[in-house]
Amino acid sequence: MTTMHSPALEVAARPRRRWPKPTLLIGLALLLLLLVAALFPRALAPFSPTDFDYEALLKGPSAKHPFGTDNFGRDVLSRVIYATRVDLQIAVFTTLFPFIFGTLLGALTGYLGRWSDALVGRVADLVVVFPFLVLVIAIVAVLGPGLTNMYIAVSAVGWVSYWRLTRGEVMNQKKAEYAQAGRVLGYSPSRILLRHLLPNAVTPAIVYLMTDMSLGILLGASLGYLGLGAQPPTAEWGVMVADGKNFMATAWWISTFPGLALTLAGVTFSLIGDGLADALRPRT
Amino acid sequence: MHASYVIRRLLQIIPTFLAVMLVVFLLVRLLPGDPASAILGDRATAEIVERTNRELGLDRPLPIQFGVFVRNLLQGDLGDSISLKIPVLRLIGERLPTTLFLTAYAAVLGVLMAVPLAVLAAVRRNTWVDAVIRAVFQVGLSLPVFYVALQLLSLLGARLGWFPIGGYGEGFGGHLYHLFLPALTLGLNLAAILVRTLRNSIIEVLTAEYVDFARAKGLRSRVIMTRHVLRNALIATVTLLGLNIGALIGGAVITETVFAIPGVGRLMVDAIFGRDYPVIQGLTLTFALIVSLVFLITDLIHARLDPRAELS
Repeated sequence: MTTMHSPALEVAARPRRRWPKPTLLIGLALLLLLLVAALFPRALAPFSPTDFDYEALLKGPSAKHPFGTDNFGRDVLSRVIYATRVDLQIAVFTTLFPFIFGTLLGALTGYLGRWSDALVGRVADLVVVFPFLVLVIAIVAVLGPGLTNMYIAVSAVGWVSYWRLTRGEVMNQKKAEYAQAGRVLGYSPSRILLRHLLPNAVTPAIVYLMTDMSLGILLGASLGYLGLGAQPPTAEWGVMVADGKNFMATAWWISTFPGLALTLAGVTFSLIGDGLADALRPRT
Repeated sequence: MHASYVIRRLLQIIPTFLAVMLVVFLLVRLLPGDPASAILGDRATAEIVERTNRELGLDRPLPIQFGVFVRNLLQGDLGDSISLKIPVLRLIGERLPTTLFLTAYAAVLGVLMAVPLAVLAAVRRNTWVDAVIRAVFQVGLSLPVFYVALQLLSLLGARLGWFPIGGYGEGFGGHLYHLFLPALTLGLNLAAILVRTLRNSIIEVLTAEYVDFARAKGLRSRVIMTRHVLRNALIATVTLLGLNIGALIGGAVITETVFAIPGVGRLMVDAIFGRDYPVIQGLTLTFALIVSLVFLITDLIHARLDPRAELS
């Protein structure tokens, strides 16, 4: 075997400067665009998202209404822009609570192990037996439709992935030298866990958070479409697609543009997720 | 494959399913206020609410209620649908085959799209072919199922008239024809999930030492492709399909709603808006049972196909 790779040689190779991959840059640029739309809708939107104009019902795309108007004469472009804030809020809230809850729980049970880990593991096994969407809509059905109840339902189900990722990582880090050094120095377990282990173990969960935001925004819009998420007349992309579904044959623009916006937002978060995963992957 | 392994895995489903029953049982009891008022609506008088509570056994302590719930369940009694007035079990029995047909159809279409493209992307990795395939499916992953469904329905169904715009059809051929667009919607979504992971796992095989060895040994590349690469792709596909059964069912709920297909997915959405709690309970249980069975079958097939798979 003469073609063997020597690990020592690889380490000795000149470290190349790693530029961010285009995926991450494109993702961040798109995110900037979405953030501007979410923060300054008034500056960008030509019309109010809720004003009816009975002179301009179901008008196709034109210079005045680039995305056309809906069956109440509302400007679709303005509604798509105003909806950005609601849908970004959905992306954040459907992931932030599961992230916080799952990560802390994962750190705790990964560190303590034994019965706490076994117990949470059983609960996690139970949660994944239910199809995600089915459990979420069943919980929303019981609590009642609306965004707040949707966040509660998603949090009750979505923590499992974060728990798994962080738990595994903490279990690995626990054996690392720096954690043992902390113990030798007499640091309290909570200090070792929160100040030393968790910051080192949270990376996979943060990478997943971005991918999950892409899934969360789609889930939120799906519930909006079914009538279980944001409620009309709120401008939300899923609700808007549902609003236009009966006019597909005559006024395709009502559903099509909000759907494209939704897809764009989904792509944005999945590009950032991929880019981050690539950038944060340990260098070998 | 050891028979004892199969039996052990089957037995493991029992505690899971008991826990599932408890979750579904508690779900409806989480209702703000009492279930009877929620079922009957705001206009019911206190007297009627009380009578309904008694009839449903909701005035008894929770552990006893759970005992009754489990006993009825074991006897195949899931209660009666409030809106349709027929036993929930019969209702699910009537609607489930449609959904199973749809999901199986979607899985076939999804695999037919994903496997060739994943192999192509892996063989031509880091070329423009690979880049295009990955980009298309990255966007595909972000296309909401309800949106794809609606666009296909309006374009290929309503506008061009190539496919029916709803229903289930008669006979096997009719089902295939009527469910093509919904299955395509779900299949595209599934393919988007499958392609990336499949591509990476095929690349792993293509660059593995034993494939280098097979090449060095002078094995023809067609033999290498079928014996090593496709075999591993098959294992990865089965595992991924099993893992994504939940997503497939979730997608079926949405697709059936958009295409007005009389399956259990649409039944679930109808039950939610009709506050038909016995139906919601029964369906949630059914879905959980399907997922745990599919997980089991996936493990068994995986153990069969992959000699390295540990049967522990």
